Formats: sequence, structure tokens, C-alpha cells
Amino acid sequence: MGPLLRLAPRLTIGLLAVPVLAGTAGTFAPAFGVMQEPGLDAFRSLFDWPGIKGAIWLSVVTGGVATVLALLISLGLVASLIGRRGFGAVQRLLSPLLAVPHAAAALGLAFLIAPSGWIARALSPWATGWTTPPDLLILNDPAGIALIFGLIAKETPFLVLMILAALPQTDAARRLTVATSLGYGRLAGFALTVLPALYVQLRLPVYAVLAYGMTTVDMALVLGPTLPPTLSAQVTLWATDPSLTERATAAAGAVVQLALVVGVLGAWRLGEAGAARLLRHAASTGRRGVIWDRIGQPVVLTAGLAPALALGAGLAGLAVWSVAGLWQFPDALPQSLTPRTWQQAAPDLWRATWASASLAAASTAIALGLVLACLEAEHRRGQSPGAGVLWLLYLPLIIPQVAFLPGLQMLALVAGVQGDWLAVAVAHLVFVLPYVFLSLAAPFRAWDPRIAVQGAALGARPARVFWRLRLPMLLAPVLTAAAVGGAVSVGQYLPTLLIGGGRITTLTTEAIALSSGGNRRVIGAYGLLQMALPALGFALAVALPRMVHANRRGMGGT
Amino acid sequence: MRGLTLDALTIRQGDQPLVSLSVRVAPGEVLTIMGASGSGKSTLLAALIGTLPAAFAWTGRIVLNGTDVTRLPTRARRIGILFQDDVLFPHLSVGGNLGFGLSARRAARRSDRLALIDAGLAEVGLAGFASRDPATLSGGQRARVALLRTLLAEPQALLLDEPFSRLDATLRVQIRTLVLDRARALGLPVILVTHDPEDARAAGGPVVSPLGEKVSL
Repeated sequence: MGPLLRLAPRLTIGLLAVPVLAGTAGTFAPAFGVMQEPGLDAFRSLFDWPGIKGAIWLSVVTGGVATVLALLISLGLVASLIGRRGFGAVQRLLSPLLAVPHAAAALGLAFLIAPSGWIARALSPWATGWTTPPDLLILNDPAGIALIFGLIAKETPFLVLMILAALPQTDAARRLTVATSLGYGRLAGFALTVLPALYVQLRLPVYAVLAYGMTTVDMALVLGPTLPPTLSAQVTLWATDPSLTERATAAAGAVVQLALVVGVLGAWRLGEAGAARLLRHAASTGRRGVIWDRIGQPVVLTAGLAPALALGAGLAGLAVWSVAGLWQFPDALPQSLTPRTWQQAAPDLWRATWASASLAAASTAIALGLVLACLEAEHRRGQSPGAGVLWLLYLPLIIPQVAFLPGLQMLALVAGVQGDWLAVAVAHLVFVLPYVFLSLAAPFRAWDPRIAVQGAALGARPARVFWRLRLPMLLAPVLTAAAVGGAVSVGQYLPTLLIGGGRITTLTTEAIALSSGGNRRVIGAYGLLQMALPALGFALAVALPRMVHANRRGMGGT
Repeated sequence: MRGLTLDALTIRQGDQPLVSLSVRVAPGEVLTIMGASGSGKSTLLAALIGTLPAAFAWTGRIVLNGTDVTRLPTRARRIGILFQDDVLFPHLSVGGNLGFGLSARRAARRSDRLALIDAGLAEVGLAGFASRDPATLSGGQRARVALLRTLLAEPQALLLDEPFSRLDATLRVQIRTLVLDRARALGLPVILVTHDPEDARAAGGPVVSPLGEKVSL
């Protein structure tokens, strides 16, 4: 085993842990005035801000409610559909839904539900009597309902995917058969017999969803309330304030946000224990819970389908706006179509697309190399990493971005690399790495080891086995992992904004920056491109292996 | 009419007929289905409990004690099944697993339920096992708990999916006798799927292939 391969696991762990920990430390320092006068002034000014209570409350409620509902919907969907016809359709819908970046999804939904959006237009004037957009706070509603809806739409597909990945290890099909043959309803049977084993594997993804929901910035800026916004959105506004006077307040806000996430995760953990006890008790009462199927299945199917449909319609809305000529309220469609928006914005669109694509390519290529090296080193050593490594992988997904990126931004500033393309790519890498690893690990480890033995018996060195046998055979999962990584990079908002220092403009940062203005045509163009880039990646990940393995039936060709 | 009737039940996958049976299993009788692996045995069981994937085309009726259950969901059929593995739920105690089987309609009060569970455990020679973790049980003990869990749900028929094949020779005879005796005593029609002629002989009833041909032992 070469030195590069031997070092890969440590290098990977370092690339994940160092930015997160150093960034968190870098955020904490100014919050406590470490470099000027140590003290709690920053916290005083944070709690003097009149919106603080509302912002904290919103963070907890939007993240908590969205996570509970997304978890219930995704579990209910899987429980209702296991072994049924609709299951295949749901699985096919997953990848496209997952590929949509959060910002594009938020913008699409905003176009749909805004007072002048498609839903209002479709119902006007015949049903509503509106001839001008109503003065209603549907979007950016103070309770955060639009934000919760957007989070559910994006997080449900992710959780369904995680459930599907964990199901084979839970003996789900047979347990459900035993439960239903004893007279239990599907939902009750699933909750009482499959869920306890399933949830153990689902815990980390759920924590990631909860932490993300509480602290998302891009979705909150587009869909969330404004007076006050969620805490993370406000921290971002402070951290990017050109006057620099609010940096300490931003740091204090980031510390509070981290404490909030830790506190809510702790409360969630207690809730898990309570729910487990409740389920064990319910299992011993012998009640078959058949009624839950009658109520639950239609609710779950509707609740699962509605966000997917809304997302699809919203994205179509982005496309239509980007080519719309004159489009007055309440017309459902524009009077004319024109390429003018695209023509006028072409130079800027090109620049942003290039920035997004090059950052995605660089961070994904590095991540892929590291992950493959880690997995190959693990294979040659013959031992898999412990549970601690899995936690480390989830570290950047559970520690809120606003808690460590401002510190990282400050460190980048001190090191003189703020606005540096490579620094931004490395910041993306912190988030791309975990997803590439999670996507690739299972298929890599499932590869038939007898092929390696056979190769070695034919005289091949381990390197030859890797390059000539394993990698070509794993082409499809490797490309899928690359597509996942690219999509994650394209979707990054806060790392690009903070580490890029405003000098690196991607499709995502530009789309969010434009979203507060009113130019829907340009927003539509940026949103559409932001969605098209990951979609292209996933399309290639499907098409390339088919071409390469076209005449190999054992590899899925024909 | 009491018993389990398969009325011209045929199942195909593409052009391939997997199952073709017209037979009535009387209360207390055991019908044994024998055949090599891949011969449609598990397809038949899936059809009987209602978990047959949509890829299979089937015709015919399944009638249990005069009720046509062909189109009923699994939970409403009242057909119990014992798998090759016991499929005990590892997060529940032995008593918890049995409580899961025991219907709330038969006993709702906690004390009544615990009494029924304890009595059931004593009958299969596992008195005092209610609080045990299923993972600490031997193979034979687990098989008995699985049987008891199925019977506590008061099924109207019993399917056995090679439930003895994982047990060693002595235990096998013991558990097989226990299961078949209990099923006969309760007057349950039983369908046993196996590839072991010894099981078929012990069952004592007719022995056929999934396609309905008589099998000589």
C-alpha cells in the first residue's frame, strides 16, 4: 500500500474536522471578544436586538415542525407502499427531486405561492375576484409556514432515500408480513415492528435534517419571515454587512444558534426514548391499529405528493418566467414568449454558470479521489472504520453552517485567501465529501471480493485489481456519487458567500441575491440554470455507464 | 363449510405456470406441498397470505371457513404463518412478542393479558420466560415462542414455511410434533411447505407438488 493510500483516511478526516472545528473556534472568539476586550458585549447587543426572541422561536419551530412532518410523511409513504405498485414510481421520483438545489426549490415555490404567483393567477379573477395581486403575506408569512412547506418538500425525498437504504438491514418485508398476518394494519405494523430497528440507522440523517431545517439560510431568505427572520438568516445578514460593525453580534448569534441546535437535538433524543417506550407499550396491548390505515394512508399519500407536485410546478414557473414577455396579473400565461432575458443576461449567466460548474468539478473530483482512496485502503487493510467515523462524516451536516463558516471566513481573511477560488472549492469540499462518501460506501463495500481474489490469483497487484477490475465495475455508483457531490456543491450558498467574500458569484449566490428584488425573469433564468447543472450531472451518471457497458448484459447493458 | 379451500388456484409468471391447485384442507388436516427450490412453493404461500407481487398473474379463489378471502388484505385473512426463521421482534421481550400476537379483543386488561401469556408459555414448556430477551433463547425456545405468538392471534388456518429446517435433528422432531399437535387440537387446516420427506411423513396428510401432482415419498 503506497503512502498516499495510507494517508488518505487521515487526510480526509482532517479535511472534514479541521475546518469545522477551527471555524467554530473562529466564530466563538469574536463572540466573547477574545481579540479586543473579553466579555459578553456581543451577547448583550444580540439580546438588545428586539427581534431576538422571534428569531429564536422561528428557528426552533420551523426546523422542528418541518422535521417531524417530513419524517412522518416519509415513514408513512414507505410503510404504505412497500411491496406495492406505487413503490417503483416513488423510487423513480426520488433522484430528480433530490437533484434540485434548495435555493432553486425555494425560488420555484415562491413563484408558485406568492400573491402574484401561479396559484393566485389560476384562481383569479373567476374564483377570487382579484384583478391585482392581493396584499397578503402568503410568502414570507410571519409564522414560517411557507418555509416549513419548502423544507418538507426538499427533506422528504432525502429521508425516503435514507429509509430505503436502511430497510434491507431491518428484515422489513417479513416483519411486516408477520404483523399483517397477525391482523395488524400496515402503518401500525410498520411502526411497531420495523421502525425500532429502522430508526437506529436513520438517526444521523434525521439529526442532519433537523439541524439543517433550524439553520438553513438560503431557503429562509427566500421563503421565510422577514421581521424578524430566522436566527441564521439574521446572522448571515449581520456577517455580510459591509460596515463590519455587526460582526461581533453575528458571532454571538452564531453561538446561540449552535447552542439552540444542540439543545433541540438533546430534546429530540429524549423524545426518541419516549416514543420508543410508547411503541413498546402499544405493541403489548394487542390493538391492531387498523383504523390508522384508513386515516393515515390517504393523508400520507397526499402529503407526500403535494410538495412534489408543488416543486414541479414551481420549477416550471421558473422556466416560463425566464422566457416571458409581457405577463400581466391575473393572466395564467404570458402574452408572448421572448429570449430577451437570456440574451441580455447572457454574459453574467455564463460567468456564474462557469463558476458553479468549475467549483463543483474541482470539489467533487477531490472528494471522489479521497473517498475512493479511503475505501480502497479500508478494503486492503480488511477492517472497516468504527461508528465514530460515521459521526465525523455527519459533523459538517449537523453543526450549523452559520456556526462555523463565519469563523472560517475570518480565518480566510487573516490568511489572505478570502475570495480565492481554491479556498471556496475547499469550503465546498467540506460538504461534498460526506455526501460522496455516504453515496459510494455501500456499493463499494458490496463489491464481490472473490473478484479481487481471482485477480490476485492471476498475478495482478492490488493497484491493477483496483484500476482494471473494481473501478470499471463500479463505474455507475462512482458516477452517481460524483453527480450527488456536484449537486451538493452547486447548491452551496453560505460557504460561497462568506469564503468567496462577494468576489465569487455562482448561480446560487446570484439567484438568492436577486430574490429580494423583483425581476422574476432574471431570477427564473438563474434558478433554471441552477437546477439544470445537477440534472445534467445525474443524466450523465445514468447515460455513461450504459454506453460504456452497452454490450455487457452482466453490467446492465443489453 | 369449514376448512381451507383452494378453488382452481393458478399462478403464472409470464408463460410459466408455478402453482395449480384445487384442493380442500379440512380442519385439523395437514396438506404438504413438496418441491425443489424455485418450484413455486413460496409463491403459493405469498398468494395465500396476500403478499403476492403484482408481477404474478393469478386466477382462482381462496376460501376459508366459507369466507372468500382472495381479495382481502393480509391482516383481514386470519391466516397465521410460521417462517423458516422465527422472526421474533428483537426490541420486544418474549412477553412483548406474545402480547403483540394476543388480540386486544380477546383480553384488554393488562392483568388478563399477562395471565394468558404466562399460561401459554407454561403450555409450551417455557413457564416464567415472559421477561426474557428473545436473543438469549435457544433455537428450540425461539421456535416455540414464534408458534405461541401466531396461535395467540387466533388464526383460522396455519401456514408453515419450512419452519423446522433450521433446527437440529432431535429438536426438529420435538418442535414438529408440538406444532402439528397444537394445530390438530385447535382444528386448524394446515398447509406445510417443505423439501424434507420426513416432515411430509410426520404430517400424515396428502402430499402434492405446487402444480397439484401427487408426490410419492
